[in-house]
Amino acid sequence: MSSLVRTRSVALAVAWRGIHNAFTNPAFLLPSVMFPLFFFIAFAGGLSGVQNAPNFEFKSGYSSFQFAFVCMQAAAFGGVFTGFAIAADFEFGFARRLLLAAPNRGGIVIGYVISAMVRAAFVIGVVFIAGLISGMRVDGSLGDLLALLVMALGVSAVATLWATGIAMRLRTMQAAPLMQMPIFILLFLAPVYVPIELIVGWVHDVARFNPATAFITAARGFVSGEPTKVGVAAACIAGLGALAALWARGGLRSAERAG
Amino acid sequence: MSAIASSNMPGQVGLLAGRAVRHIIRQPAQVVFPIAFPLILLAVNSSGLDAATKLPGFPTTDYLDFALAVPFMQGALFAALNGGQGLARDIEGGFLDRLALTPMSGPALIAGQLGGALFMGVVSALIYLTVGLLIGTGIAAGFGGALVLLALAITISFAFACLGTFVALRAGSGQAVQGFFPLFFVALFLSSAFFPRNLIEQDWFREVATYNPVSYLVEGIRSLVITGWDGQALAQAFGIAALMITAFLALSAWALRTRLVRT
Repeated sequence: MSSLVRTRSVALAVAWRGIHNAFTNPAFLLPSVMFPLFFFIAFAGGLSGVQNAPNFEFKSGYSSFQFAFVCMQAAAFGGVFTGFAIAADFEFGFARRLLLAAPNRGGIVIGYVISAMVRAAFVIGVVFIAGLISGMRVDGSLGDLLALLVMALGVSAVATLWATGIAMRLRTMQAAPLMQMPIFILLFLAPVYVPIELIVGWVHDVARFNPATAFITAARGFVSGEPTKVGVAAACIAGLGALAALWARGGLRSAERAG
Repeated sequence: MSAIASSNMPGQVGLLAGRAVRHIIRQPAQVVFPIAFPLILLAVNSSGLDAATKLPGFPTTDYLDFALAVPFMQGALFAALNGGQGLARDIEGGFLDRLALTPMSGPALIAGQLGGALFMGVVSALIYLTVGLLIGTGIAAGFGGALVLLALAITISFAFACLGTFVALRAGSGQAVQGFFPLFFVALFLSSAFFPRNLIEQDWFREVATYNPVSYLVEGIRSLVITGWDGQALAQAFGIAALMITAFLALSAWALRTRLVRT
């Protein structure tokens, strides 16, 4: 059996287990759906008046403006929740048995990434439908929306690899804040409520160099049918993905050494 | 345990409160995170939503003044969570059952457990106010207003700590207390914490915020920062906090009796 076949079989098995666990256990599924939905409702509902501020320019309305952010947030936090599941697998001993049994251990990480991406796609679909029901305007074409989904899946993969690296190094649920907080800070030091031009103070300076700004801005471009900063966003996701993959690989090696 | 047997009620409260405070101090994560996280959010939100102050009718020209009330509410939520989790841990570990075998009185037990949460409420309120003043927020109600703001913030923290105590006594597990945290979070977001009620465009959101008691708690604190002395806002905030304390203390006493009967 070639290495590729071994990797694929392990990845698909781990992915299937993750997807099955996520969708058959309400304790896992509900938080990953409710939190993005709640943020969408709270931001689009409670803060929509900010779109009337001078120089706030976004043609598709504040619901669409926030939907793009919530997409990225749901994708990122889906990856973090997958990291929690990995840490739980280590705490219950399943991960060690998996490391022993898997003919290619890299496939384990790939499997977790696949399951996170499937969850992210589902959550984004739910939020999208909720947005449409609430009257959200979508000016992007089908191609734009598919590009948005692909970008969100890329963000999900990056976040999952980050969380995997932490989970496999520390191998305990107590590492949860370490997985979550950097992602949370990265997302919130980006243009969450208004376009970057309207952010003031040091947060504006940070947001200019924050890679999350690129893919959130690109996401908003896709939703409004005016793609913007797509290349920058793709480069940011690719770069972060490469770094996160190295980080996850290091985590896997650490877990292997621990036995 | 002999200390409990030989002490009166204030002594018993002091013993348990001291224990609760020591537990918190020995876990830096329980102190640092509930204080740092709201301040980080304050910094981010005040930069991100400053554009909203340009809207006609926005009550202030600096979003920082508007948003300063939010960390006090978040601190109160964390006080509820920490207090409830501490008590739940004692229940799960059997400490409460052992305590019930001593002459410890029920009210002293509840009051003592609340001591830790109250300690956090005082510390975090002082820090939020100090940071707010250092980064340029003014208190329209002056020095007296700052003292009233602290009193209101501590009262609100205590009210939420009573809620956390009731949840812990009723459910008996830390996971159940944790499960309530998102509800507190939802209550904060579905309020006028981040945007003035009169400028909320969505009718349903404005209605929810109007009926949400958290809105009045936030507006009470905010009134001291932005408006000065607003008797109605302060009366509503103190009144709701007092109602919460009365209700949840009574419920906690009932839950404690039920729990001790089970054992």
